[in-house]
Amino acid sequence: MNKIVSKEYFSEKVVKLVVEAPLIAKSRRAGHFVIVRACEHGERIPLTIADADVAAGTITLVVQAVGESTNKICALNPGDSLCDVVGPLGQATHIEKVGTVVCCGGGVGVAPLLPIVKAMKAAGNKVVSVLAGRTKELIILEDEIRASSDEVVIMTDDGSYGKQGLVTAGVEEIINREPVDMVVTIGPTIMMKFVALLTKKYNIKTMCSLNPLMVDGTGMCGACRITIDGVTKFVCVDGPEFDAHKVDFDEMMTRMKAYNKK
Amino acid sequence: MKQNNTPDVSRDAAWREELRKSKSPKERSAIARVKMNELSGEYRVAHRLEEVNQGLTEEQALLEASRCLDCPNPQCVTGCPVNINIPSFIKNIERGEFLEAARVLKLTSALPAVCGRVCPQEKQCESRCIHLKMKHEAVAIGYLERFAADYARNHAADAAVEKPQPNGKKVAVVGSGPAGLSFAGDMAKRGYAVTVFEALHEIGGVLKYGIPEFRLPNEIVDVEIDGLRALGVEFVKDCVIGKTLTYDDLHEMGFDGIFVASGAGLPRFMNIPGENLIGVMSSNEYLTRINLMGAGREGFDTPVLLGENVAVIGGGNTAMDSVRTARRMGAHRAMIVYRRGEDEMPARAEEVKHAKEEGVEFLTLHNPVEYLADENGRVRAMRVQKMTLGEPDASGRRSPVPIPGAIEEIPVDLVIVSVGVSPNPLVPTSISGLEISRRNTIVVNDDTMQSSLPDLYAGGDIVRGGATVILAMGDGRRAAMSMHEALTAK
Repeated sequence: MNKIVSKEYFSEKVVKLVVEAPLIAKSRRAGHFVIVRACEHGERIPLTIADADVAAGTITLVVQAVGESTNKICALNPGDSLCDVVGPLGQATHIEKVGTVVCCGGGVGVAPLLPIVKAMKAAGNKVVSVLAGRTKELIILEDEIRASSDEVVIMTDDGSYGKQGLVTAGVEEIINREPVDMVVTIGPTIMMKFVALLTKKYNIKTMCSLNPLMVDGTGMCGACRITIDGVTKFVCVDGPEFDAHKVDFDEMMTRMKAYNKK
Repeated sequence: MKQNNTPDVSRDAAWREELRKSKSPKERSAIARVKMNELSGEYRVAHRLEEVNQGLTEEQALLEASRCLDCPNPQCVTGCPVNINIPSFIKNIERGEFLEAARVLKLTSALPAVCGRVCPQEKQCESRCIHLKMKHEAVAIGYLERFAADYARNHAADAAVEKPQPNGKKVAVVGSGPAGLSFAGDMAKRGYAVTVFEALHEIGGVLKYGIPEFRLPNEIVDVEIDGLRALGVEFVKDCVIGKTLTYDDLHEMGFDGIFVASGAGLPRFMNIPGENLIGVMSSNEYLTRINLMGAGREGFDTPVLLGENVAVIGGGNTAMDSVRTARRMGAHRAMIVYRRGEDEMPARAEEVKHAKEEGVEFLTLHNPVEYLADENGRVRAMRVQKMTLGEPDASGRRSPVPIPGAIEEIPVDLVIVSVGVSPNPLVPTSISGLEISRRNTIVVNDDTMQSSLPDLYAGGDIVRGGATVILAMGDGRRAAMSMHEALTAK
């Protein structure tokens, strides 16, 4: 159960794991996530499913080592097993043909973006993907994204790859160039906030996928609650995707710091 | 030698008649009700996992059992949601047949060691005891139930349980809380191949994530679960029905009947300003982090916020569990904030008493109206509205009315909201054609527990919206009986 089939380092701290989970591979759709526990005394960590192979019975997870629990997950090797993998959880992405969709992802946010890029393309949309990272080696899954995109724009903070600048600069350039019907943004909360502010200006419908703190992931605890249009929602059961123009990103960023060392 | 597992519960048995005659009712009534052996309040707050109630000694149990008059028309049984044959098990204790007493309990209750600890007996069986009519204290039925169940556990009596003859039919259970476990046990005894699907990584539902170890040790729950395994029940953890497997998948897997007992998982909040600040959380989150995830224990990774001044909002058993946990986690000031008076509190009297012994403050007739933040978005204070009691409301309790202008600010660094739960819509909404009420509960026939889908039965909090362990177990029992009838009639 939950055996790691393969492992690939995207960078020093970002790892791609292919995990045996046949039931989840079969039932998951774009936008779903799983809750993972590395070991018996480990934390429950939500991870969005980046890809799945129904025939092989595997799902793909991309994990960034940012704390003790994610470090433990990243330290596992092929042949090891995750103690628990449960899912698919959350609401699947609403996929339909809208025209031109800009999918922008930052850092490991590109991993959950991948299944949405694939599904948007398969639904007949023109997909323009914008991948962003601090530096060249932090741009992940470029080939996979390219395979399902009509065009890919790369943005790096330091200009070491693609164009220099933030993800918002890349997105705005496309908006100024051609009509955009929808934007999907996944990445650090601060990035999604600024993408949302940008697209609000142009009045373009924008979806974001949120990754707050969670415990059970099934609506039981409310650790993941956020404010959407003035109303409290649970990301695990009402999300993880929301209209980015309605999300209180500032509150979410504050809540993400709940367990940071004071 | 093959053990006879069906105890004789006849009141006319010779031994029982003899036992009745051995003491006069007057002698029996003259004995004072036993006092539970408890750890001291100061010790408790420093030893977080140790069970407060230590149980009765054999001598205490024998004496308490002799207080029962073995009434010809025992009202206590009618007060029990699963109709345990109370005089029968108590008289077995009185004659020293403790294992036999446990077997009588097992006839109708899947989890006697659990019920002996967490049932509100004072509102159920004990509230109908004949002693009360004579102005004496009720027989301590709950303590005796626990005594017999613990005795059987400590003497490995469950090992004698035989696996029943398989009847060739398969049933699925959604959720491994009290309703699911009770249903699973009853169906396994009837020969069904039972598989229980649990969304979390531990079996036991609310008995594990909700009720703290100082009130119900996990070990007790595990013994009951092992007992079900011995009967052939299979448990699948990390499996969310409606997500990992659908209702249709269960049919394809060959399940003839499905019992949904997915619980009341959705915590309610009050929708007042500041409720999403850091340091304000649901009792479900607080208790899950500590009970299920081991937060605060050496070697466990899950964190939990610790507070010096902790307010728990609400007056139910979950609120008491939370506030008593907060004391054990090192809170100097742990407060219950409740909008009505102490008499109106839904929590068990024992829980309130234990909380007070552990130094918990009770701010009754107080209602939070706002939480205030520090510069980092963490809660630093709460504003509470003082209340007074008005006319009785729909619940029959006197309703709280705000006193104009009486608002106080109290410093807090952790707030635990424990104002109730709603049914978790995750499972019900995944099944098309299933009738769901406006409150998101599954609609069932009250007698059979059958839903609008003929092969789907439901019970516990997903039907009731928020009740007790024993009512959930009673539902599991009734669902098992009627599903068995339906499947046999086929």
